[in-house]
Amino acid sequence: MTLRSLIRHETFLAILLVLALVVLSWQSDRFFTVANLLNQGRLMTETGLIAIAMTFVIATGGIDLSVGSILGLTAILTGVFWKNLGVPLPAAAVAAIAVGTFAGYVNGLIITRFRVPALIATLATLALYRGLAEGISQARSVRGYPDWFYVLGQGEVLGVPTQLWILLIAAVVAAVILAYTRWGRTTYAIGSNEVAARFSGLSVEGTKLALYTMSGFAAAVAAVIFVSRVSTTRSDMGSGIELDAITAVVLGGTSIFGGRGTVLGTVLGLCLIQALKNGLSLAGVKGDGTIMLIGIVLILAVLASAIFERSGTR
Amino acid sequence: MAMSGVDLPPVRPQTSLQRPGFLRRLMADYGQELIVLLAIVVLFIAVTAVNPRFISANNLTSIFSGNAYIAVAAIGMAMVIITGNIDVSIGALIGVLATISGTLAVAGYPIWVAWFFPVLVGMAINGLIGILVAYFRIPSIVVTLGALSILRGGLISVTGGTWISDLPPAFLIAQQKWLGLPVPLVAMIVLTVLAALWMRYSAFGRSLYAVGGNPEAAVATGIPIERRIVAVFILHGFFAGLATILFATQLQVIQSTVPPNLELTIIMAAVIGGVSILGGSGTVIGSTLAAILFATIGSALIFVNVSAYWLRAVIGLLILATVLADMLRRRRTV
Repeated sequence: MTLRSLIRHETFLAILLVLALVVLSWQSDRFFTVANLLNQGRLMTETGLIAIAMTFVIATGGIDLSVGSILGLTAILTGVFWKNLGVPLPAAAVAAIAVGTFAGYVNGLIITRFRVPALIATLATLALYRGLAEGISQARSVRGYPDWFYVLGQGEVLGVPTQLWILLIAAVVAAVILAYTRWGRTTYAIGSNEVAARFSGLSVEGTKLALYTMSGFAAAVAAVIFVSRVSTTRSDMGSGIELDAITAVVLGGTSIFGGRGTVLGTVLGLCLIQALKNGLSLAGVKGDGTIMLIGIVLILAVLASAIFERSGTR
Repeated sequence: MAMSGVDLPPVRPQTSLQRPGFLRRLMADYGQELIVLLAIVVLFIAVTAVNPRFISANNLTSIFSGNAYIAVAAIGMAMVIITGNIDVSIGALIGVLATISGTLAVAGYPIWVAWFFPVLVGMAINGLIGILVAYFRIPSIVVTLGALSILRGGLISVTGGTWISDLPPAFLIAQQKWLGLPVPLVAMIVLTVLAALWMRYSAFGRSLYAVGGNPEAAVATGIPIERRIVAVFILHGFFAGLATILFATQLQVIQSTVPPNLELTIIMAAVIGGVSILGGSGTVIGSTLAAILFATIGSALIFVNVSAYWLRAVIGLLILATVLADMLRRRRTV
């Protein structure tokens, strides 16, 4: 362990997070309580699941802007399958998640088969999937789910919110995959140099296709949790969540050009954003002021890590 | 934006050493623009056949005037994308500038101040973004993502979501006519033509293509890349300011929000119009035509009685089809 290896983006971020926690708990005595922190964990799960999958996508040098729309589409379909088509709720949720996953697969196909840049492909499907959600729902919301369904979004397991367990498991599995498996190394290789990765015999297209499919799956699972948490489905659910997720990923030190990034960084970025949101609203700052601050934090964090990195290479 | 290493910007095909015919040259230089134009014409003919009221003067005015601001903003966006950058904060910026403009107008400042002060603010904000991108080397998507949060959050916390009303009638220039034509239409055409000529024939305009197409070659030929990127963002702010004038003056009130996904619509207009997202190619004529195409599609769907709820799905499908067609066309020519 040399000093240089300690000056990593994640270390910097962890210090920032601790600082934020200290300042915020000093500002309001309602902030640093177990109940509040667990509740914040509940609130960040949907963005978290999407951000973890997004870490892989951005590490390949790609991006997925359609996740918010996939979330909306899956949420609407869960309600429609159950209420209008009379499918039992568990089957309806699974079917809706399957459609959301397929939506991610379609993104992957457009990007790998037609060689459309990811930004443009997912920008187009952002409009398409949201449009489908609006068209299918006809602006009607579905409510009145059975009680057991709310366990997922509002219940607890062993004193911890149910969805926080899901996020935790997803984060650990994803961190292991990205850091230690062949699949994870391929992800970095594609992001660093796609041509070299191809010439090294790595399955570039297959990996990308799988990653965009996974991104769709993450958004779809987030959708079902979202529906369970807020007890209703609406077609505008999840709009803008792609920006929250990308902010968490980039704040977490993943290079937008690919080749670099960790799941730990993303999780730290996610916690920092959520702590700021919550702490500031407890300190009396309105929600919109918080959005501003997140923008400033994003730019400053990337600026700082760019400066650190430059001084490190010289 | 360099998303991957293999997708090089398309090379114009050089079939023979002879000077190619006029038509072939037109196809090679403006292929995508012509496709978009053709799509507009076909759409107009088809929808008019179903519902003749589609080409009534009223509807044409609403198609062109109501969306001219998107075309004007897309001019600046096209330039930014041609240099290999992107701006996802443009929608929020237009919202902020519109609020500043309306506030000044209601507060009794001279009308021209209310129109043009926001243009300066837009240039200043985007100049700052340009500096962060060019000199601090933060990717433009990250900077503008941050700017999006800052501008959107700032707008809502300042206005509290209230609308600005009681605007002086002289302020509402988008509702006025000039030589019998709606002002937004004239502004859109004049700005597009000027920008297109400037991009094609001025040394500065050509250098933007070099910055996006091959930065190393640009440096080798003595183009100061950093200064060009800052300049292009300032220009983009200028067009965003002009777009704001058209946007803010079209109704009697200024809302504290802009249409959802406005930034995506503007980026899409640039890209569908033929600007390669990887930088280095495309024209502002294409972006304006694409903005008109979007407006025509939106209006056409209403005239052929598609449910408003399916509107976005159909637009999304058409956008996707255009993108795929464009990629297939490029693969053939390369």
